[in-house]
This record gives sequence, structure tokens and C-alpha cells, in this order.
Amino acid sequence: MAKGYSIFSLVKHALRPSEPWPEAWEKPEPKSSYDVIIIGGGGHGLATAYYLAKNHGIKNIAVLEKSYIGSGNVGRNTTLIRSNYMIGGNTAFFEKSMQLWEGLSHELNFNCMVSHRGQMILAVSPGQVDAFARRGNIMRLNGIDAELMDRNEVMKELPYLDYSKEARFPVHGAIHQPRAGTVRHDAVAWGYARAASQLGVHIIENCEVSAILKDGDKVVGVETSRGKILSSKVGIAVAGHTSHVAKMAGLRLPVESHILQAFVTEPVKPIVHHVVSWGAELFYLSQSDKGGIVFGGHIDGFNTYTQRGQFHRIQNVMESATTLLPFMSRMRLLRHWGGIQDMTPDGSPFICKTPIDGLYLNGGWCYQGFKATPASGTTFAYMIANDQEHELNKCFSLDRFEKGKELDEYGIGNWAYKQ
Amino acid sequence: MRVPCPHCGERDVAEFRYGGDASKMRPTHDTGDLKQWHDYKFVFDNPKGPHLEYWQHVYGCRQWFKLNRNTATNEIIGGEK
Amino acid sequence: MTAFKRIDKQSHIDRTKLISFQFDGKMTNGFAGDTLASALLANGKTLLGRSFKYHRPRGIIGAGIEEPNALFTTGIGGRTEPNTISTTAELKSGITAKSQNAWPSLNFDLMAVNQLLSPLFGAGFYYKTFMGPFKKSWMMYEPIIRKAAGLGAALPDLDTARYDMRYMFCDVLVIGSGPAGLAAAVTAARTGARVVLAEQDFEFGGSILSSGSEELERWRKTQIAELEKSSEVRLLKRTTAQGIYDDNLVVLNHTPESHSALMITEQLRARTIIMATGAIERPLVFANNDRPGVMLASALRTYLNRFSVAPKKRAVIVTNNDSAYATAFDLAEHDVAVTVAEHRSALSGDLLAKAAQLGIAIFPSCGISDVVGEKQMRAVRLSGRHAVTIECDVLGMSGGWSPAVHLTSHGGIKPKFDEKIAAFIPGGFAKSHFGAGAVKGTFGLLAAIREGEVAARAALPECKKIKELDLPAIREDRKYSIQPIWNAAEKANEKYAFVDFQNDVTVKDIRGAHQEGYLSVEHLKRYTTLGMGTDQGKTSNINALAMMADLRGLAMSQAGTTTFRPPYSPITVGAIAGRTVAAHFRPKRLSPLHDWHVNNGATFIEAGLWMRAWYYNWAGNTPEAAYIKEMELVRQNVGIADVSTLGKIDVQGPDAAEFLNRVYVNGFAKLPVGRARYGVMLNDDGVVLDDGTTSRINDTQFYMTTTTAQAGEVMSWLEYLLQMHWTDLDVHVTSLTDQWGGMAVSGPNSRRALQLAFPEIDITNEALPYLGVMDFKFEGVGVRVLRLSFSGELAYEVHCSADYTTALWEHILNAAAPLGIKPYGLEALASLRIEKGHVAGADLDHRNTLDDLGLGKMAGKDKAYIGKELRFREDCQAPERWSLVGIECMEDGAKLRGGAILFAATDEIKGHGRGYITSVTWSTELNKYIALALYNGGMKHEGKEIICAFPLKNENVKARIVSPHFIDKQGERLHA
Ligand SMILES: Cc1cc2nc3c(=O)[nH]c(=O)nc-3n(C[C@H](O)[C@H](O)[C@H](O)COP(=O)(O)OP(=O)(O)OC[C@H]3O[C@@H](n4cnc5c(N)ncnc54)[C@H](O)[C@@H]3O)c2cc1C
Ligand SMILES: [Zn+2]
Repeated sequence: MAKGYSIFSLVKHALRPSEPWPEAWEKPEPKSSYDVIIIGGGGHGLATAYYLAKNHGIKNIAVLEKSYIGSGNVGRNTTLIRSNYMIGGNTAFFEKSMQLWEGLSHELNFNCMVSHRGQMILAVSPGQVDAFARRGNIMRLNGIDAELMDRNEVMKELPYLDYSKEARFPVHGAIHQPRAGTVRHDAVAWGYARAASQLGVHIIENCEVSAILKDGDKVVGVETSRGKILSSKVGIAVAGHTSHVAKMAGLRLPVESHILQAFVTEPVKPIVHHVVSWGAELFYLSQSDKGGIVFGGHIDGFNTYTQRGQFHRIQNVMESATTLLPFMSRMRLLRHWGGIQDMTPDGSPFICKTPIDGLYLNGGWCYQGFKATPASGTTFAYMIANDQEHELNKCFSLDRFEKGKELDEYGIGNWAYKQ
Repeated sequence: MRVPCPHCGERDVAEFRYGGDASKMRPTHDTGDLKQWHDYKFVFDNPKGPHLEYWQHVYGCRQWFKLNRNTATNEIIGGEK
Repeated sequence: MTAFKRIDKQSHIDRTKLISFQFDGKMTNGFAGDTLASALLANGKTLLGRSFKYHRPRGIIGAGIEEPNALFTTGIGGRTEPNTISTTAELKSGITAKSQNAWPSLNFDLMAVNQLLSPLFGAGFYYKTFMGPFKKSWMMYEPIIRKAAGLGAALPDLDTARYDMRYMFCDVLVIGSGPAGLAAAVTAARTGARVVLAEQDFEFGGSILSSGSEELERWRKTQIAELEKSSEVRLLKRTTAQGIYDDNLVVLNHTPESHSALMITEQLRARTIIMATGAIERPLVFANNDRPGVMLASALRTYLNRFSVAPKKRAVIVTNNDSAYATAFDLAEHDVAVTVAEHRSALSGDLLAKAAQLGIAIFPSCGISDVVGEKQMRAVRLSGRHAVTIECDVLGMSGGWSPAVHLTSHGGIKPKFDEKIAAFIPGGFAKSHFGAGAVKGTFGLLAAIREGEVAARAALPECKKIKELDLPAIREDRKYSIQPIWNAAEKANEKYAFVDFQNDVTVKDIRGAHQEGYLSVEHLKRYTTLGMGTDQGKTSNINALAMMADLRGLAMSQAGTTTFRPPYSPITVGAIAGRTVAAHFRPKRLSPLHDWHVNNGATFIEAGLWMRAWYYNWAGNTPEAAYIKEMELVRQNVGIADVSTLGKIDVQGPDAAEFLNRVYVNGFAKLPVGRARYGVMLNDDGVVLDDGTTSRINDTQFYMTTTTAQAGEVMSWLEYLLQMHWTDLDVHVTSLTDQWGGMAVSGPNSRRALQLAFPEIDITNEALPYLGVMDFKFEGVGVRVLRLSFSGELAYEVHCSADYTTALWEHILNAAAPLGIKPYGLEALASLRIEKGHVAGADLDHRNTLDDLGLGKMAGKDKAYIGKELRFREDCQAPERWSLVGIECMEDGAKLRGGAILFAATDEIKGHGRGYITSVTWSTELNKYIALALYNGGMKHEGKEIICAFPLKNENVKARIVSPHFIDKQGERLHA
């Protein structure tokens, strides 16, 4: 039956239930060699494979995922997308990503529920209004949508915040990016996987890479839980496990692994219509299409791979939620979970070559890798195909700390665990 | 998580401030070149397993100390003063 | 048509206490001891909710935490809580409960049309459509989908309840008070250990409460009586163990009976934990198994024995295991006509005999083919060879039992599948964890009691000799037997056979997920939304996983289970936040002068955690009006400002000078006693960490000040260096930030003001020159005067112990009153320093190098200091870096604004510009807007015309680059 997804194919299937939908992505056995191997079946790995096949005509590609695709951060994040970056390099990259999001459901023929519901970041002091203005001005000057709102305008848009006299850190204003919003995270993994699979990419689940094989300074393949697989081009896109996998090739990186927790409440009828972030403490929230309020805060702040959060951080986030949005007090927390984030000293990622020929690195995504997925895939694919940086990822090099070219978007200072 | 302060004993992790990787030798003051300081400041083993790290009992005795903790389990392996 | 009635039977309700409550606007009655659900059932209410997707009519399924359907919005106004589980909600007088997710009413819900579209609405249908016709079409569909989704509604009203947080310790925490838990708690208590018994229900006893057995009731009461007498035992009812975090931090959510807090969240550090959390019954999956009146068999038993609520006349029980017979027998003994549809072909003799004795008809080898009736079931059709239709009020189903292993796996231990009981049991226990009873898959009552006792002894190995428990005088446990049936639906009916009731996941959906390749447990769950409801799949997950395993041809042990994540049951956000919210969110730091400011017309502003006096009403009623007057006061006369928030650090020791010489870029080794010096610190990466003034009090003692924002960071940094790296230096640092207060006395008349205040002290220019420091006693109080200036005027800072700061402040104000001294606030303070060209927080953003701030020359060339090596990284020295400049506005009537992006006059206004404005003020001296900015190439461009672009307000303002020192470039005022 029809391969494509549409209302027509849905109706057809409804009328003829005996004819099943095809597999969303095929589940082939691994071959002994590929032109390109991508380690990591998260958003970035799958997107890279898709763009390699689509933009660069490479067909003999494998994505190796140690568990099921989307088992990592692409399926754990709080789904926020935005392009409000002001440091040169970041601005263009993340805006490119936003532009790709805008057409992604169409392109992949998979509804990723790209919702441009807008993000409001609330300023809690006049100084912060200025800092946000700087960001907004840069956005405007780069053709990105941004609006500065004063307290009264915020009150109109977000009537449920605490505007009382007693409010701690009262709202002074906000910066609003109307095109920012949310995307259904799992759909991104599945949509890219399905589209890549249709282009012939092998998506191989339950296949853990345990060694990177080198011949001198050249990469020649990988050892996996499903056997040895050869390739002269290997891309690493394993997010929280970046250090671990890079070590297989003898690399030490400016990356630390930290847990970020996320939270969701029971579903309720629509009440929060934007993405809301706070300037007082790292805190952000949105309401999923299903009705749950999805929110999060800061990383726990010490290296860990456990995916188990600390309770004091949970408490902090609940305090922020209740303080900023008093109605949250009576919402019931349904689930909380954690993901291991690849934190870098300046909070910005790496999309770059490594000292090993044919080994490419995509990692260090910190809080922001989800929104970056389409641009990350596009540029990483470009670099792997051409063995050369794309204009948009030149700034994300490994040597930027040696050169003093760090990209500290939020002015936090060079500490991975404070970013 | 409970962190053992060498001075006060075990306390909740919320009383502490994390200070990063302690396995690397800080170049002696007034020595070391750009490369050595770069590696010290910016490059990490980030192991999945035992990790020597700095902590400060910031809401307690304010003492800094080194701790050996397993990052795969959060289990404290031992302190090092 | 009512299916249930309250019967005359001794139970756990107290008929002497009538309780009135409101349901969907109607007053209704129940008794003390009822749950909201049992009271509604007793009143014959069975249609109680609508499902999430298809809005199918739903009734109560369970009698506990697992309930997926009967959720209500309870409370009014600031106490409104959506999605309250009626089967655990204790009936209290005055409760208002409303049904949810139905419009216009439960009985007639328009959204039920969704059922007609169900062939289209299969699992994940939304991923396949709503993509066109435009690029952003989802924005068109989303509002409609959102409106349809969600269960209850949240009201924006402020929460009127209070929540508390409690921190406790214990030797043994027993979770669950069924037979295993009671046995464990009593055994542990006999050792004298500190025991906590936590039970989510409002009554201790667990399954005993549903048993209807007088002997068990006697045993239960005896155990509780003993526990109540033990002084080291805390008995916590209405207390759910929500999660177990690292190192045995157990989070308990407690609803106190009488307390000013609605809920108390307890963070309990338990030395050992005994989990006796029981098991949850599974539904069977067949066509229309979601009709109101179809319930878990064990729930029917609970309503009967605990709440005296029985089916009107006839019940059918469908089962694949022995446990449901307890329900069948108890119902039959209370005059309910019972028929059993038994999936198994053979039964043990004792069950058959007892059934026969009670007149229960058993149909072997059959299940349910369909359920008749929509808003209340009327009959069931059996499947298999006895395809008869049986009229009945209720259908009790039992698909077996799933141990409540949730807490055992919060630490990461995966449950394992036990073929014997066809269920997941704990995959093991962490070091200090133990289990007892049904949670381990031990379904016998006496066995559970024995396991509880064993667990307590294992948890407290040091206490060997304690009295053994008395066992209740009941028959030995019979062996539990089950034949797993995961999917009992006929193929044609799979679309009406519900696996997840709340989220409307059917057998057909699971088959669909399998066909489309969403095979792994997590994919299944995420694609179909299985187990994602408020019940977290407590009744649905195992059935679904087993069906998928079956479709894949895997054994359950290979298929695995989902990850169990805290909280165990939904808990309000407010309960976790406790009292650290609203005005109490993050401590407010107050200067010792705070009350004075309050009483003297200050308006405050948050500066980090601090509350600072922003401006005073003597100068105006808006910050814009007031700061100008306050500035003028300082420039022309004398003002006084509170600077207590500055970080203040006492640095002492023989090596103090050497220490400071290392942390500051500029030299401190040779700073003379009685002198202060401005210093800048870098991080290891060569980026500026902080600046401030440090003075030498004597040979071995220095007094350091830091910026308000970085005070904590700097303190920790100094401690780190001394304790971890420079242990050879004999230096101690102590924070005085809170212990000392400070004030700046600034303006051309500041010396006269201080002379009036301290007539005995010689503070002439000779005795106390610029950057001089002086300690003296005034009326017995130590006072430190530092001749520093942030404003650029002749100025002093006066510091003293916080206890005396207000007295000193008032003394200076009084003494200098003839001069016209007045206070000035933060806004004026910050504006004055801009005129002088002093950098501060707004200009320092962790990205600046020393050179960026125009301070490169301060660094000692031949001297080592932290950050020296990395300061010289290639890009940090690039000539085109953005560095500090001053800017003055060239357009009359135009305003400079913080955050404006700077361009050269000939540039196209786009991109990232050449810099940006960091801070702005109106200059009272120059009568124009001036600003500090970072600009590409910095002061190289002095005199050049630039554009300050502020596209957010569609402004482009012309300005000129000038020296950042707008006033007194020679520093004559400072030295006056
Ligand atoms: C709680 C949380 C909230 C977040 N919120 C946001 C947000 O709102 N917006 C945003 O933009 N970003 C957010 N992020 C960050 C974002 O999710 C990540 O940066 C991004 O998903 C990382 O890229 P990825 O999707 O490729 O990673 P992943 O999905 O983690 O993919 C990496 C994959 O590599 C696999 N892998 C690892 N080691 C091996 C091996 N040896 N062999 C084979 N496979 C291996 C893993 O199993 C995994 O599937 C959040 C992150 C977390 C944890
Ligand atoms: Zn301590």
C-alpha cells in the first residue's frame, strides 16, 4: 500500500484494515562494510545519515545505535526550539536550524508537530532587559524575529504569572521570539529514521560500538556488539557518551557528562500557550499537545552517567515553577527523568574533524542539541561528505579553546559544570 | 547523594559545591606554557567509572577536598584529603 | 439503573458519621471511612468519566492507586485540583468533585463522536497527517488537538494551601502496611530501632482491609496496638513513598490529618528499607472491557468487605487465576448471584467444592466475548464453547497480579520476569533494601507475614534475640496458580479491547505498532501513548508488553519492561516545593541598613539575592526622575550610599601579600600598610573574574572588597587555591560580607561631612590621601575609612561591624545635616560610575579579557599571576577584539539604550555590528546621554561617529566614540 503518509492514506487504511502499514524504518542486518558509519542513533546521527543520503547522494550508510533509536537525549529533552543566539557563528547556525524545522514535517513526510508557539524569556531586572535587548537586536539585525515586551504586555500574554507585590524577582519585561516553540521529540527521531531508511540508509539498533579501528592515523571501522564493521569514514554523534566513544580512538575532549532532569505533569486543558523561560534562575516550561506541562531547570552540576537525578534539584525546579506560575502548585507531577548531557566549557558544541583521518566529531550539545538537530545533521553530513567544514560549523572546532575563540553564549565562564 | 566531608562527616549533596576534575595536576604557579594550561583547564577524561573530583562543603565548614566517586553509579569510593 | 447498593454489613466505614459532599453539583452522602469512589458507588453512580481520546463512558475499575478512569476535579478556587483519584481520596465533608473531559455533560458528551472516527485515529495517526497544505499547517491544527486533549482543567488562581518540608532519619523504613509490612514493622520495633511505617492509604492493613476476615482484623489491630506503644516508631498513614534517590533518600508525601499544612513532604534518610508494597491486579483484555461496571475482581471484594458496597444482584467473574475466587465466594456469601468464566480448563478441588457449596456456576475454558451496555453494562457474552449471554450488574476481571516493583527499581535495578506467577518481580535488591510479601511475588498471607519478619531481621542483623511474631489463626496459604492470558479479544473486536483505559490504547493499536516496527518497549509506549496516563500504566503496561513480546515471538524475559520512574503516584508540584516559594523563594539578602531605607522612603530593587535601595523619594517618585537629583547631589555637594552588599574578605597570614600578588594581575606584594589598591583577578583561562579594592591593614592583614555579584565566587576561589593548591602559603581568608556594613560618602563636601561626624580624627588630605585607609575607634566602635571613589568625586567609604552600621549611618547623616547630605541609591551609584568610566557588572560578562576593559597595562610584565598564560591565547590578543570605549549621544532628543548594537557610520546596519552598549546614563555634567560600550578596536576609534542600532524599537541613533572617562580625566577631584 501507499508508502506516503497523508490524510488520504489514513482513510485508505481505515477502509481496508487488512492491509497493514509498512514498517516505519527497515531493520536490516549489518553489512561488513559501509561508505559511512554514524555512531549514535539519536536525532543528530539519524539526521546526518538522512542528509548524507539526500544532499550528497551517498547511499551506503549505517547508523549504529546501541539501544533503540531515540533512546538518548532526543527522546528525553523538553522539546524547545528557538534561534535567539547572539554570538557570531551561533546566530547563523541556529537560525538555519529554525528554517529547516519550518519545513521538516513536509520534507520528512512525518508530522513532527513543529509548533511555532513562541518563546517568552522573562527579565527580572532592568539590567536583564538591556541584556535581552542586546540579544533581540542582534537577532533582528540577522533577519531573525524578536520582540521586546514590557511588563504590561507580558501580563496580557501570560496572565497566570505572579504579578503580586510579594513576587520574588518581579517581571520587568520579556524578549519574545514568535517562531520559537516546540517539536514532538520522538517524531524527529522516527521521521528522520524513516526518511533515511527510504533512501537506503541502514539503521541498526541494538548495536553498540565498543572500539574504533584505526590504521595508523586513519580510521578503518568499528568493533560492535554485532561484529566488526568497516568504513573509512566514521562520524561520532553520541551526545552524553561523547567522551566515552572518543576515548576509543584515543581522544580526550573538552567535554563533561552531566545529568539534566526534566519533568512533566498530568495532562490538563490548554493553559500555557507559549514556551516560558525565566531570567531569575534557569527554568523553562511549555505545555505539550497532550496537555502535560513539560519543564526543567539546571543540570545537577557534577559529572555523572547515572541518568538518576538528585532530589534537591527536583525541589529547586518545583520551587521555580510554583514561584513563577502559582497555578503550578496544584498541578501533579507525573514523571521525572534525566538525560546525560555532553557539557562543554563554553556551552557550545563541536562539529569538526578530529586528529584522526576519517573520524568526525559531533557533540558537546549541552542544553541545546535538540533545536540544533536539522542544522547539525546538514552540516555534519556536508563535512563528512566533503572532508571539509561547512561555512556554518567552522566556529565549532576543537581548537577554539586553545585559540581563545570560545563561544560563551550566556557569559557564564569557561566551566562545563556551570554552563 | 551523601557526600562525606572529611571534617563534618556525611552530608546531603545540596550542602556542597562541585569543583570539577581533580585528577589533573595544576601547573605550578608561574610555570607551564599555554598548551599545559589549556590541557589543564579545558581537556577532561570524563570517565564512566571512578572519578577524582573537587568538592567544597560550601554550606558547612567551607573546606575543599578531593573525592573519588564512581560516575556510573554515584557511589563514593573514597575521600582524599 | 443502579448496579451497586450499600449493604448491611460490618466493615471499615463508620455509619455513625454521615459525610456530605458534592458531586457534579448535587449533594450526596457517604460515611467516614469511605473513599470518594466507594461513596459514589454506594449511591449507585457508575458512569464517572470519559476517556482521553474517544470520550468513551467510563466507570470505576479499581479500588486504589491504579485507577485509570474515575478521576475528578476536586476543590474550588485556589484549592482546585484536577485529576484527583477518587479511589484513594478519603471522603471528607465539604468535598466538591466534578467529572472531567466531557462536554456538555458526562451523560451526553459531544466529543464522543471521536469513537466514530476511531478507524482513522489508530495509534500514532497524528504523525501521518496534519502536515498540509502549507509549510506551517500544524499551527492550524494544533489548537484543535490541544483543546481536545488534557483531562481536567487547571485554574490560574493562587494556591491557598500551605505545604511543609521535613527532614528525618530512621533505621528501618517499612513501606506498605499489609501483612508483610505490619510484620516487618513490629519485628523491627521490638529491637528498639527507629522505625517508620509508611502507608499510602488512610488506614493501615493493606489487603487485610479487603479480606472481610475477623481473625485477620483482630491480628491487624493487635499489631497496630503494639506499634503505637513503641516509642521509636513513627506511624505514617496517608503517606506515599514517591521515590528512592541516591543513598537511600526516600521522599515521602504525607497528608496530615490535622496540621496547618495540607501536605508534608518528608525527606527521609533510611538506613535500611523494607519494601512491602504489595501487588496490583491486572485487567483482562477483551471486547468492551472498559464499560462502566467492568471492574477488577479484587476491587469488587474491597468495595464489599471494606465499604459494604455490593453489586445489586448478579456478578460475573472472569479470571485466569485463583485469586478471583476470593471475590466470587465473598460476593456469593452476601447474596449476590455469581457466575465465573474461567479461562483455565481445570481447577483445584477445594475451589470447585466451595463454589458448588455457594451455588456458583463455573464455566471452564472460556472468557468474555463481549460486554453489553454502553453507559452501564447489562450483560456479558461468554466466549468459547459456552457462548451464552449472562445478565449481570458487574463483571469482575482478574488477569493475575503484578507486584508493585516500582520502588525497587528506582535505583536502576531492572525487574525480572517470573514465569511461575506470570509477572515481573524485583530483579534484586540494593544493599540496604529488602522486600517482603506480594512485591516479591509471594501471594500467600501467612508467607507474607513470615517474609516480613525475615526482612526485618535481615535489616537489623545486630538484633538477634527478639520475640517471634504471633501469626493469625488462619488456614495455611493455598498455592497461587495462574495461566497467563494477555489478550482474550477476538480478532474482529480488537479495536474495542482496551489495554490502557485512560489513553484508549487497544489491542489493535499494539498490533499496529508492531506492524510499523515500533517494537522496543519504549517505542511501543511512546508511539501508542501506552502507560503515559496519570495511572502510569499500573494496570496496562504488562498486558501490552506481553502482547508485543508475543507478536515478536520473544519470551517476556527478553522483551523487558519499561523503566519505572518516580514519582510512584502523581504528587502536586506545590507539595515538593514546600514553603520555599513566592516571597520565600530564595532568601532575600538584606543590608544592615535595610530597615533604615524602608523607613526613609527608599524604593527597592533586586540585585541578585540582595534587595538594594534603588532611589529615595526625597529625589523623586520614579527612578528616572530620582537618580538625576541624587547624582546632582553627589556631584555638587555630598551624598551617602549603602555599599554593604560589596563582598568583603579578610585576608590574614604571613604570606597574605604573596597570595594577593598571585591572584591579582597587578602587584600587591609591596602595597604599604594603610594604603588601598584597585586590583583585577583573572580566571585560569585569562578571562576577567572580578575587580575590587584591597587595602593593607598591617603587615599580615588585608581587607579585600569584591563586586556584589561575584562575592561568593571569589571567596570559594580563594579558598580553593589556598586549601587545594597553595598549601605552602600560610594565609587564611574569612568572609566579612554579612558581618560588616559599609557606606560611601561622596561629593566635594564629603571630607567636611566626615569632619563633622568625626571631629577628633584627622582626615585631611595629608593624613588620609586618595587610596589611603585608616582604622579608628568611634565611641568604642571600630571604624574603617577608605578613601576610594566609585563616583569619581572626592569620596570615602566608611565600614564598620554590621551591628553598628545603622547607628554610624545616622550619625553621619545627622552630623553632616547642615551641609545638606542625603542618601542616594543604586541607580545614581551606577550612573555616577559610568560618568567616571568605572566598569561594573553590566560591562563584565565572563567574556572580557583585561585588554577588552582597557586594563591591560595594569598587569605586571615580570610578575606571575593567575591567568597569565591563557591570557595570551591568539584570539584574546586580536586587535579587532571589542574593547571598552565611551559613547556620547549626538542627536538631540534621542536616547541611548543598553543593548544597542554599534555600527560605523558607513556600515550597512545588519549582522553582529562592531560592538554594543553595556551601560547607559544621562550625564548631569554633560547634559546628554552617555554610555560605556565594547567596540571593535576600542579607543583606536576615538572621535569617530557611529550608529547605535536598536531595531527592537526601530531606532538608529548617532553617537560618537569618546574616552570612557567622561569627567575629571586628570583625577583632580579624587585627589582634592
Ligand atoms: C532533560 C533534557 C532536556 C533537554 N531539553 C532540550 C531542549 O528543550 N531543547 C534543546 O534544543 N535541547 C535540549 N536538550 C538537549 C538535547 O536533547 C541533546 O543535546 C540532543 O538530543 C543530543 O543529540 P542527539 O539527539 O543526537 O543525542 P542522543 O539522542 O542522546 O543520541 C546519542 C545516541 O548515541 C547512542 N550511543 C551512545 N554510545 C554508543 C555506542 N558506543 N554505540 C552505539 N550507539 C551509542 C545512544 O544510545 C544515543 O541513542 C535536552 C537534554 C536533556 C537531557
Ligand atoms: Zn564540612
